[in-house]
Amino acid sequence: MNLKGKKVVLHDMSLRDGMHAKQHQISLEQMVTVASALDDAGMPMIEVTHGDGLGGSSVNYGFPAHSDEEYLQAVIPKMKQAKVSALLLPGIGTVDHLRMAKDCGVSSIRVATHCTEADVSEQHIGLSAKLGMDTVGFLMMAHMTSAERLVEQAQLMVSYGANCIYCTDSAGYMLPDEVREKISALRSAFGKDIEVGFHGHHNMGMAIANSLEAIDAGANRIDGSVAGLGAGAGNTPLEIFVAVLDRMQANHGIDLYKIMDVAEDLVVPMMDRVIRVDRDALTLGYAGVYSSFLLFAQRAQAKYGIAARDLLVELGRRGTVGGQEDMIEDLALTMAKEKGLI
Amino acid sequence: MSKKLKAVIIGPGNIGTDLLMKMQRSDWIEPVWMVGIDETSEGLRRAKEMGIKTCSTGVDGVLPHIIEDDIRVAFDATSAYVHAENSRKLNALGVIMIDLTPAAIGPFCVPPVNLKELTEKLEMNVNMVTCGGQATIPMVAAVSQVQSVAYGEIIATVSSHSAGPGTRKNIDEFTRTTALAVEKIGGAGKGKAIIVINPAEPPLIMRDTVHCLTEEEPDQKAITESVLAMIVEVQKYVPGYRLKNGPVFDGKRISIFLEVEGLGDFLPKYSGNLDIMTAAGLRTAEMFANEAHEGNIQLPARAQGV
Repeated sequence: MNLKGKKVVLHDMSLRDGMHAKQHQISLEQMVTVASALDDAGMPMIEVTHGDGLGGSSVNYGFPAHSDEEYLQAVIPKMKQAKVSALLLPGIGTVDHLRMAKDCGVSSIRVATHCTEADVSEQHIGLSAKLGMDTVGFLMMAHMTSAERLVEQAQLMVSYGANCIYCTDSAGYMLPDEVREKISALRSAFGKDIEVGFHGHHNMGMAIANSLEAIDAGANRIDGSVAGLGAGAGNTPLEIFVAVLDRMQANHGIDLYKIMDVAEDLVVPMMDRVIRVDRDALTLGYAGVYSSFLLFAQRAQAKYGIAARDLLVELGRRGTVGGQEDMIEDLALTMAKEKGLI
Repeated sequence: MSKKLKAVIIGPGNIGTDLLMKMQRSDWIEPVWMVGIDETSEGLRRAKEMGIKTCSTGVDGVLPHIIEDDIRVAFDATSAYVHAENSRKLNALGVIMIDLTPAAIGPFCVPPVNLKELTEKLEMNVNMVTCGGQATIPMVAAVSQVQSVAYGEIIATVSSHSAGPGTRKNIDEFTRTTALAVEKIGGAGKGKAIIVINPAEPPLIMRDTVHCLTEEEPDQKAITESVLAMIVEVQKYVPGYRLKNGPVFDGKRISIFLEVEGLGDFLPKYSGNLDIMTAAGLRTAEMFANEAHEGNIQLPARAQGV
């Protein structure tokens, strides 16, 4: 693989996807400290919101330590060069949240839908584009559909105004061949004015390999998180990815030692637990389940005595999609009743 | 004089057709007209086959027949954009409007919670909130009738096939309207609504989860009784409305897990979301008819054309 001289825009997820791993309890001070250090290391884009995006604050997904508005207002004024993005899932967040984010100085909106349901994003993508923001269509759980269908959905998002489309491996299920097939299909479906991105999870240990494959197949934006702080087994660990890109002489613009230090000195000490491919995270990838289900399934195991792994496999079998966290406790109750545990 | 109130349905789409099928079994409402805007539409053809009068020139086309056919109630299953005009024109002729669009110009109506109150006041326009609202607000109300609910949250999951283009194009309308009705009708201090669309095959039956946070420690026994009683009330018009799990109590959190299976009239059984809207709309009209028959309300006076 030859990535020499290829320009790659890295996008840090530790302060958004990492919110899942932190049960949305990252403090304002931690947000500002990590974001400032990433900014100083040259990270061009940083995402900040509740793990489930703008308006994610809820019983269902978890109440955060602070509101999206407070986080954005704390972080954005401190940035010297990094642009801050916000995630928005139609059905959870609304255009009111989008306007709030814009007022806080967010410059990029990523509108996320399940990979076959892009037509719920018309209002949000349309408004974001109209407001002149970098507008990304973020097709989640992209392993659940074919490359052809993914392209059709991407075309809808582009028709609404998106200037960048992501193939999002929310379950960390994809292997490199699938990443190549889908990224190539997206890349060849659009002209140069539409960027293509990849968002990986490390549940099968493939995040670095998949991200490289994505670049080689035509993606120019890659998500990851410093120290891998993200849902499930985390996202593509950015300090490692930067080192790999460095060796391959790709053009990433990040100071390797600085990002290593952000990971080691700031982010790892923040973690509630070691983020690794443990058996439950591995099950997410293996069974193709939304990564943020991990801690919910582990809590249900503790409460109802049903193994998290069994819950996750069944949720995968049922075709559960992102946002259906409520079905985890529901399933645990049903399985516990069947086993006579309650 | 028949106790049945005569009705017009505006919008011959999935909702309008399903409503028509349910209405043909009603003891209280008699469907007379189906109104559309496209002469060649499937929906108007179906309505014609089902033996009712059709009109393809919108509400204006049916206005001259309202008095002579003694139409007393209208169901609007079109869109929020045209609802206000439809309602104004029909209200002017003394027709009660049941609004199945997200327009919400009239008060919200969730039958087992506040229908009685709305019929007693002879509200001329009532809004049926949203499918997720119809499925969940009775549960929020069941809890808030026992003790004060600081926060109510609902998550509605519908199959991809049963989320129509209108819902998809304007999904914020769902979250906003439902959240507001969770407060106003459910009785929660603050409301939040989430909708998830799931494309699994075979399609999943509508699922709804209700989370309430009470002000004080929940009275588990009283809340459980209230929830179970409310389930029975909803089952009177949606037999496939079921409590799957819960109520679960966790500190001040109460969680209720529901499933809504439709009757499978025009829409498939998994489309409980659409079925509960049509069933609630019809239930509402039936209550008006019942109250009028009992002499508890006086329908707007008009020269008898029949």
